[in-house]
Amino acid sequence: MRLRRRSTTALTAADRLPPSKLHLLDVFSVGSFGLRTRKMRTALSALGVTIGIAAMVGVLGLSESSRADLRNQIEALGTNLLTVSPGTGFGTGDGVLPEDAVAKITRIGPVDEVADVVELDVTVLRNNFVNPNETGGITVAATDLGLLDTLNGEIAEGAWLNAASEGFTNVVLGSVSAERLGIEEVDNGIQVLIGGEWFTVVGVLEPFPLAADLDRSALIGKGAAEAVFEADLNPSIVYLRTAADSLDDVRAVLPATVDPVEPDEVSVSRPSDILEAEAAADSAFTSLFLGLGAVALLVGGIGIANVMVIAVIERRNEIGLRRALGATRAHIRRQFLTEALLLSTLGGLAGVALGAAVTAGYAHLQDWQVVIPPEAAIGGFGAAVIIGAVAGLYPAMRAARLAPTKALRSA
Amino acid sequence: MELRNIVKEYPGHPPVRALDGVSLRIEHGELAAIVGPSGSGKSTMLHVMGTLDRPSSGRVLIDGRDLSKFGDRRLSAVRSHLIGFVFQQFFLIDGVTALDNVATGLLYSGAKSSVRRQRAAEALVQVGLGHRMLHLPNQLSGGERQRVAIARAVVHRPSIVLADEPTGNLDTRSSGAILELLHRMHQQGTTIVVITHDTEVAMSLPRQVAFRDGVIESDSGTPAAALATA
Repeated sequence: MRLRRRSTTALTAADRLPPSKLHLLDVFSVGSFGLRTRKMRTALSALGVTIGIAAMVGVLGLSESSRADLRNQIEALGTNLLTVSPGTGFGTGDGVLPEDAVAKITRIGPVDEVADVVELDVTVLRNNFVNPNETGGITVAATDLGLLDTLNGEIAEGAWLNAASEGFTNVVLGSVSAERLGIEEVDNGIQVLIGGEWFTVVGVLEPFPLAADLDRSALIGKGAAEAVFEADLNPSIVYLRTAADSLDDVRAVLPATVDPVEPDEVSVSRPSDILEAEAAADSAFTSLFLGLGAVALLVGGIGIANVMVIAVIERRNEIGLRRALGATRAHIRRQFLTEALLLSTLGGLAGVALGAAVTAGYAHLQDWQVVIPPEAAIGGFGAAVIIGAVAGLYPAMRAARLAPTKALRSA
Repeated sequence: MELRNIVKEYPGHPPVRALDGVSLRIEHGELAAIVGPSGSGKSTMLHVMGTLDRPSSGRVLIDGRDLSKFGDRRLSAVRSHLIGFVFQQFFLIDGVTALDNVATGLLYSGAKSSVRRQRAAEALVQVGLGHRMLHLPNQLSGGERQRVAIARAVVHRPSIVLADEPTGNLDTRSSGAILELLHRMHQQGTTIVVITHDTEVAMSLPRQVAFRDGVIESDSGTPAAALATA
C-alpha cells in the first residue's frame, strides 16, 4: 500500500516538469551582459540620456541655488523693513511727506527704528572741470544718522556720518556713486563738488540690497543740508523697522499716521517683497533649458531604442541559443528590457551626477549655497528609467517574438 | 522519444512540405544518425524533435509526454530539462569563459549559480577540458569549442541530446575526436541523435535513419530490434 502510493507520487512528479526559471540576479547578469561586452557602445548610447538629465538637473539646481542665495540675503536683511514714500499716482500730493512724518512714525508702538532721506535738488560732480550736466545719475540726499542701522548697512571704506561731522561739508557715497565718481579710497581727503560747494568724502557704503536707490546717492547730513543749501527737510522716503509680528498692523496704520488728512497720498511698501518675488520667478532661460533638456532626453530615448533594435538583430543567434537552452519568450523579453533599463539608468545616474557637479561648480564660483533639489534628482532619475522602459519595450518584444528556428538559422 | 506521423508544411505558393508523415522512435540510450542530403528535411526534423518548431500535424512524445498540447512555457521547460543541443556553429557566447558557457546550459533550470558552475566544471572534465575552464571561446580550437558545446548540452543531464552536424565545421582529426566523445557519452548512457549529411559519420554510429524529400527512406533500426529480427 505504502509502496503503491509512493510510485503514484513519483509518476506525477516526473510527469510535471518544473518550469523554466531565471532568478532575479540572473536577469540582471544576463541583462547587463550586452552592456559589459560592448562598453563603448553602451557609453555612447547612454550619453543622450546623460545630457538630457544633466541639463534638467543642472538648470533646476542652478535656479534653486540662486534662489536659495536670494532667500539667504533676504533672511539676513530682515523682512521687517518698511518704506514710506509719497504717493506717485496722478494728482497725488507734491512728492514729499510731511516734515513731522518721522516723529509721528516713531510714536507707533512696535516701530523700532526710523530714518528718513531727503532728496536735494543739487548735483554732485567729481570736480569743477566736469560738465555740470554729466551728473552720472547720482542723487544728493540729506539723511538721519540712524539710516545705516535702520537698513543694516555696512561701510566699505572710511566712516559713516556722526553727530560732529554731519553739520559740515562731509559726504558718504553709495557704492554705485563711488564707482561712477571713480573714488576707491577716502583717507586722503578727496573732495567732490555738490551744488557748487566742495564736500569731503568721508566714507563709501556697501550696496544696500533692500534700498538700491541709495547705492546711487551721495548722502550728507541734515545739518549740512540746512546750513549749506537752506533746504526744507520734508522726507522723500522714510525707512522703518518694526517688530516682525506686528508688521501688518504697522503697515495698516502708517498712511493715516503720516498724513491724517490725505492718507491716500502715502505709499507704504516692503522692499523684501520685491526680492521675494524675484526669488519666486522662473526665468525664461530656466524654461528654455528645461525644454532643451527634454529634447535631449527624447533623442537619448530614441538612441537607446535604436541601439536595442540593432542589438536584437545582431544577437539573433544568442536569442536562438537561449531559447534552445530553455528560455521562455518572457525570459528573452525580460533580458532585453533589463538591458535597456540598465542602459538608461546608467545614463540617468551619470546625468544626475553631471548636473549636480555643474550646479556645485557654478554655485561655488558664484559663492552661492549649493542646492540640488531632490525632486530634480529623483525626477531626472525616474525620467531616465521610464525612457528606458519605453525605449526597450519594442526591441524586447521583437526579440521575444523571434522564432527560435529563425534565430538559429541566421548564422 | 517518439514521433508519430509528423507533417511539417511551410506556407507559400505552393506550400513546401518539409516532412511528410514521418514516424520515428528513439529508445533510451540510443546513438542514432539522421542522415540525408541538404533539403531532405533532416534540419526540420531536428527542430521538431527539439521542440524549437511545431509540426503542422502529428505528435511528438518525450518520456510519454505528448508535446502537441504544450504552450511556449511548457515547451521551454521541456528544452531546459529534457533536451540538449549541439550545433554546427557551436554558438558559444563570446567574452564568457568555457566554464560559464557550459553553466548557461543550466541557467533556465532554476539551479543556483554555485550549483551551475560546479556541474559545469564536472561536465568540462567529462569532455576532457578540465584544464581549459577559464579560457574564452576565442582562445580555444574548433574541436575544443565543440567539446565545450557538448558539455553545455549534457550539463543538465537531458533525456536526449540532438547534435546538428557536430563535425561540420571541424577538420578530420577534430571530427574523429568529437565522434569518439559522442560514443563515450553514449556508452555512459546518454541518448544521442546526430543529424548529418555525411554518410561516413552516419555509418560510424549504431543506427542510421536516412531521409529524402521529407520522408524516411531507410532505417537500419535499433541494434536491439535488428537482433530480434535476426
